[in-house]
Amino acid sequence: MKTLSDKLLGGKQGVLGLALLALLILVILPLGLDIFRLNLVGKYLTYAFVALSLVLLWGNGGILSLGQGMFFGLGGYCMAMFLKLEASDPISTKIQTTPGIPDFMDWNQLTALPWFWEPFKSLPLTILAILIVPTIFAYIIGFAMFKRRVGGVYFAIITQAIALILSILIVGQQGYTGGVNGITDLKTMLGWDIRTDSAKYILYYVNALLLFGCIFLSRYILTSKFGMLLLAMRDKEERVRFSGYDVSDFKIFTFCVAAMISAIGGAMFTLQVGFMSPSFVGIVPSIEMVIFAAVGGRMSLIGAVYGTLLVNYGKTVFSETYPELWLFLMGGLFIAVVMFFPDGLAGIYQKHARKIPFLKRWVAEEKQKQTDAHASHGKVGTKLGAEA
Amino acid sequence: MFGYSMAEVGNIMVMQGFAGLSMFSVLLLMALGLAIIFGQMGVINMAHGEFMTIGAYTTVMLSKLAVAYGFVNYYFIFAIIVAFILAFAIGYLVEFTLIRHLYKRPLDTLLATWGLSLVMQQIFRSSFGAKEVSAELPEWLLGSFQPTPDIDIPINGVFVMGLAAVVTFGVFLFMFRSQWGLRVRATVQNRVMAGAVGINTKKVDRVTFALGCGIAGVAGAAFTTIASTGPTTGTLYIVDSFMVVVFGGAASLFGTIASAFGIAQAQSILQFFMTSSMGKVATLLTIVGILMMRPEGLFASKVRK
Repeated sequence: MKTLSDKLLGGKQGVLGLALLALLILVILPLGLDIFRLNLVGKYLTYAFVALSLVLLWGNGGILSLGQGMFFGLGGYCMAMFLKLEASDPISTKIQTTPGIPDFMDWNQLTALPWFWEPFKSLPLTILAILIVPTIFAYIIGFAMFKRRVGGVYFAIITQAIALILSILIVGQQGYTGGVNGITDLKTMLGWDIRTDSAKYILYYVNALLLFGCIFLSRYILTSKFGMLLLAMRDKEERVRFSGYDVSDFKIFTFCVAAMISAIGGAMFTLQVGFMSPSFVGIVPSIEMVIFAAVGGRMSLIGAVYGTLLVNYGKTVFSETYPELWLFLMGGLFIAVVMFFPDGLAGIYQKHARKIPFLKRWVAEEKQKQTDAHASHGKVGTKLGAEA
Repeated sequence: MFGYSMAEVGNIMVMQGFAGLSMFSVLLLMALGLAIIFGQMGVINMAHGEFMTIGAYTTVMLSKLAVAYGFVNYYFIFAIIVAFILAFAIGYLVEFTLIRHLYKRPLDTLLATWGLSLVMQQIFRSSFGAKEVSAELPEWLLGSFQPTPDIDIPINGVFVMGLAAVVTFGVFLFMFRSQWGLRVRATVQNRVMAGAVGINTKKVDRVTFALGCGIAGVAGAAFTTIASTGPTTGTLYIVDSFMVVVFGGAASLFGTIASAFGIAQAQSILQFFMTSSMGKVATLLTIVGILMMRPEGLFASKVRK
């Protein structure tokens, strides 16, 4: 029997990986970077939540959602609505026609706060909404699709369409959502100014700890019996169904967990960056987040974090200096990862770490421990793709 | 009704319906190519829109040439053919270098072709500039004819519709009345058996993919008659055309036509009575809703997979 700590940490190699990541995120980056850059890293780490959710959903569950951006966005918007209401108190908005409502509503001739903004006056309700709203949304989508055995590329296309619908809706309903600019000018949270340097440090650490929390949660799920079933479903869905499991329930649950993790990332994004806009909801961000997970290794939780950091670092460097080159690189990255490195950075690490004397021990042990379900996933997975 | 008299509403319906028909034609041409690739081969080609853009830029470039040498009245027919050939050739190349390695991983094809579409968009931007360009249309495509004083029907719309009809008929002949179509259908139904009876299934895949891309090229040529072309033109239609294919039921030619018609008409008419974004939202929501109840699409083939 595995102990709880084993399940959370994932054995010796898991501990090593986590410790290295913790060292990097909690110590090296905060010491080595100024607050502006660190805030940027914090922003990237919020995307890592989504990449993490995709490792769970896509790498282990075989369900490719091209709409994870909408859950990120929903979480972010919930947080932004709370902060916006706090920023638009009657005193600071007294020049408006209707004081006390957010400025963009005033510009769009709204005279009262819409009903669905009301709950966001309270922080506990907001936090509840961040966790619950995307999950319910995911439950509805998941229930409708998985119960009818919609999967594979159909699921990908439909989630993409839903992400598109949501982003058009947000852009179109300017008076209720802030339109294409999103919700901006966020200042304080319960009177605490989130724009100061000290606040940024605190938020960075809160974000990092939440990320580790989500890694633990995901690892717990994956190392449990549920995780085994998830893998089995990915590779031989029919067999799992014929063994008496309700496959759709497992898929719905995973989709909901993935949505919730993404939403936490979105909320932290709003807090750290100070705005939320529809450009994080639509098709392009959703599919970009898939590449973060793919670069890190679609099976590796820790890889997803590295993948996100690396791709975003590349994006920042290149789009600042050679914006033209960036799209070529990004496109090339998609193609290269799929064609040559389907297991991403984690796959490269697994392959080459054996050759380094110090790391050899860890990897060799891990290899032995891995059950057949883990070890042969690549081959079975590719074979099954054709059948699915 | 919305402050219009009945006669006006009738005229609006006719004109919006006709605007919907031009959109239907482009959407149909896009979706036909996709339906062939996705329906027959199960490959998701996210770069399909960029093949349409290839066709559109080809037409624009040829029109510039035509203006310089004074054969504006005739070039358009050439442009359609050149657009088809160019998109076909590039599609052939893409299948050979990229797609054929990924047939067994459909989700990965989706990501790889998305990457391809990013690269192609940047190539368009680098070579033709970020600004939208439009083709110099021959005179016989301009203007409109008026069956009654209140109804105004643009000729380019009629032309695009005719083109879509011709291409659809051509695809029908190709798929159901030619040796090649027989081989394509055989490969789809049972790849191993098709190989056993001597069909070169790899070649069939390549030609099918290239043909789908070629039709997207024709869609691009048609597109230039109703709007101007930019590097990201293809992305406007890609989700819509996927919805058309999925909604119509993959592998069903008739389903593709019917759903392209339904989607284009719904958007066009709803856009007049609501805002354009809400019209689109309403249409897409309806499709997603129907797909949730009937995931196999409107006209699913009866074959169990």
